[in-house]
Amino acid sequence: MLSIKDLHASIEETPILNGVHLEVKKGEVHAIMGPNGSGKSTLSSVIAGREEYDVEKGSIDLDGQDILELSPEERAHLGIFLSFQYPVEIPGVSVTNFLKTALNETRKARGQEPMSAKELLRLMREKMELLEMDKSFLSRSLNEGFSGGEKKRNEIFQMALMEPRLAILDETDSGLDIDALRIVANGVNHLRSKENAVVLITHYQRLLEYIKPDFVHVLYKGRIVKSGGSELALELEAKGYDWIKEEVEA
Amino acid sequence: MNSDQLRDKLSSSFIVFENELNGERRTPLHQKRRAAMERFEMKGFPSTRDEEWKYTNLKPLLGTDYKIFHEGEQSLEFREIKRFFLNDIDTYKIVFVNGKYSSWLSETTHRGFDICTFSAALQRHRHVLDEYFGRSDEEPSSTMDLNTAFAQEGAFIRIGKNAHVDKPVEIVHFTTADAGPSFNQPRNLIVLEEGSSAEVIERHRCLGEQETLTNAVSEVFLGAQARLSLFRIQNDAPQAGLIDHTNIHLSRDAHAHTATFSMGGRFVRNDLAFFFNEPNATAQLDGLSLLDGGEFADQHTLVDHRVPHCESREFYKGVYGGAAKGVFNGKVMVRPKAQKTNAFQENKNLLLSEKAAVDTKPQLEIFADDVKCSHGCTVGQLDEEALFYLRSRGIPEHESKALLLYAFGDEVIQRVPLKALRQRLHRLMAQKLDVDFQLNL
Ligand SMILES: Nc1ncnc2c1ncn2[C@@H]1O[C@H](COP(=O)(O)OP(=O)(O)OP(=O)(O)O)[C@@H](O)[C@H]1O
Ligand SMILES: [Mg+2]
Repeated sequence: MLSIKDLHASIEETPILNGVHLEVKKGEVHAIMGPNGSGKSTLSSVIAGREEYDVEKGSIDLDGQDILELSPEERAHLGIFLSFQYPVEIPGVSVTNFLKTALNETRKARGQEPMSAKELLRLMREKMELLEMDKSFLSRSLNEGFSGGEKKRNEIFQMALMEPRLAILDETDSGLDIDALRIVANGVNHLRSKENAVVLITHYQRLLEYIKPDFVHVLYKGRIVKSGGSELALELEAKGYDWIKEEVEA
Repeated sequence: MNSDQLRDKLSSSFIVFENELNGERRTPLHQKRRAAMERFEMKGFPSTRDEEWKYTNLKPLLGTDYKIFHEGEQSLEFREIKRFFLNDIDTYKIVFVNGKYSSWLSETTHRGFDICTFSAALQRHRHVLDEYFGRSDEEPSSTMDLNTAFAQEGAFIRIGKNAHVDKPVEIVHFTTADAGPSFNQPRNLIVLEEGSSAEVIERHRCLGEQETLTNAVSEVFLGAQARLSLFRIQNDAPQAGLIDHTNIHLSRDAHAHTATFSMGGRFVRNDLAFFFNEPNATAQLDGLSLLDGGEFADQHTLVDHRVPHCESREFYKGVYGGAAKGVFNGKVMVRPKAQKTNAFQENKNLLLSEKAAVDTKPQLEIFADDVKCSHGCTVGQLDEEALFYLRSRGIPEHESKALLLYAFGDEVIQRVPLKALRQRLHRLMAQKLDVDFQLNL
């Protein structure tokens, strides 16, 4: 489904990604781990189409289609969803109005009829229940004044509504309490199917107990330097990154 | 035509105007007109050499051979202009077409209070005019003087003691194509006596392609405990210019709220002044400039705290796209006697393009020591992070920008208590941003 080859990207002439290769197939869950500053968020932003980054080399294909020339919204319309490490506060735009606009613009781009207010409300109710959210969220300004955990939960709520084919979750587990982690993981598992894929960026093994990855990758200095099965996450949790850094430097 | 020639034309027009007045020429009111004309002739139109007009160049508007008087009457069908009124609610209407009152389109009253015209007041309420006309400004600007010199028509609203106007009053000034390029000088007088209240909405609309320049004055006097809301929708045609002067005088415990929405037209200059004459009065001044293309709006405000224990809150926002330019000049004067003053001012601007610009100038002159005053101004751009966030959720760039701007502007619109007007402003804002949001924010 997602095929990244030799991806090099920089921001303001600082190279951040230095040849990333990643193949994600339908139905798979991939975890990406790696020390702070190694380029995990950069990779997810580049996949989602953030224009501040210059892609100098390499390719990103979704189902064989080159997406590098596409705008962020076009990528979203193809079914890419990024849960932000730091969701942005948008004062004055209520969660409802935002979701209504996002869903209907996406439907429009896909040639579907807009959803009626009633349908929309029903759908939002259903997903809020799944994520055990209070409905007072809907009338609040998007992310404004939300606690760290609430912001993350709101991201997964949006994901549940958009039903993306490729979900990239950038440290969605950071800042969640134990119950919230379970609820969010449950939301992600709910979305999983043979047709879609999930990329989890995380620092902790804990999330991976709830959402079992098929592959674990270590990103370091802008490259994937090690890949393995779910046992690699356990090894990292136990040993840290030093041994990997040594391997790379050797 | 240049500004000197326009001034000469106005001088000779004044003589014609006087000659038609007959008996009225000797009234005290006309003496005020004549004195104002003399001052205008001395000073002429303001130029960018004037401190108060430093960022605002009137000159391009003074090159047109405007018609000063309109002959004949022009009739309009209500359905042609229906869209310029609030249709979801019942309102009083004072409507002018090419400077002449249209009784056909208006809905005025003398029952309980007077909602009528300046010319009617000249007949029926001369004592009120004698008391208030020309009183609102101790140092009138030359354009204000010019309006005073020719004052003969406009809205007249007088609300007696403890009366509450049961529905909003809409004042709408139309100009039509057959009027040719026209110079309009409406003159409003609003007097709210003790304990009374009213809501007023004013707009100017040029129908047709002709150039217009409107030089308007509103004099407003609020008695003790009186409450006034005064809303302006300024989204006139691209060839229409407006200079507005509004002076609001507040007595004890009075409250005035103005909200000015400048969303179009070639040129807008709002001279808005609040004078606190007695203690415990409060004022709220809100404004939103939402401009693009070559549009221009200058929000020039003065809040004069002359007495103790008054409060003013000023909140202006601006969005400038294309080659639009804006000015915010907010002067707050706290005189030595005005202890325990609260005066707050905030001005936030967004520039959407490299050619867009705003000059913002807070001017706090504080001569009392026991006061709470603050001001803040920001000039920024659209938040790129927020834009990416919205786009990554499938909202196209144009709509994402519009959504952020809509939210930015909505902060001012939310301050309007009148729901029908809020809805209208939301529609106008969506139109201006060229999006089809059906949002109930
Ligand atoms: N605008 C920028 N200019 C220069 N360097 C930047 C810029 N944005 C990010 N970087 C750098 O790029 C590197 C990768 O950042 P990124 O956010 O992708 O790391 P990360 O792996 O997600 O880290 P973390 O685990 O802390 O979230 C960091 O060293 C960061 O400082
Ligand atoms: Mg990161």
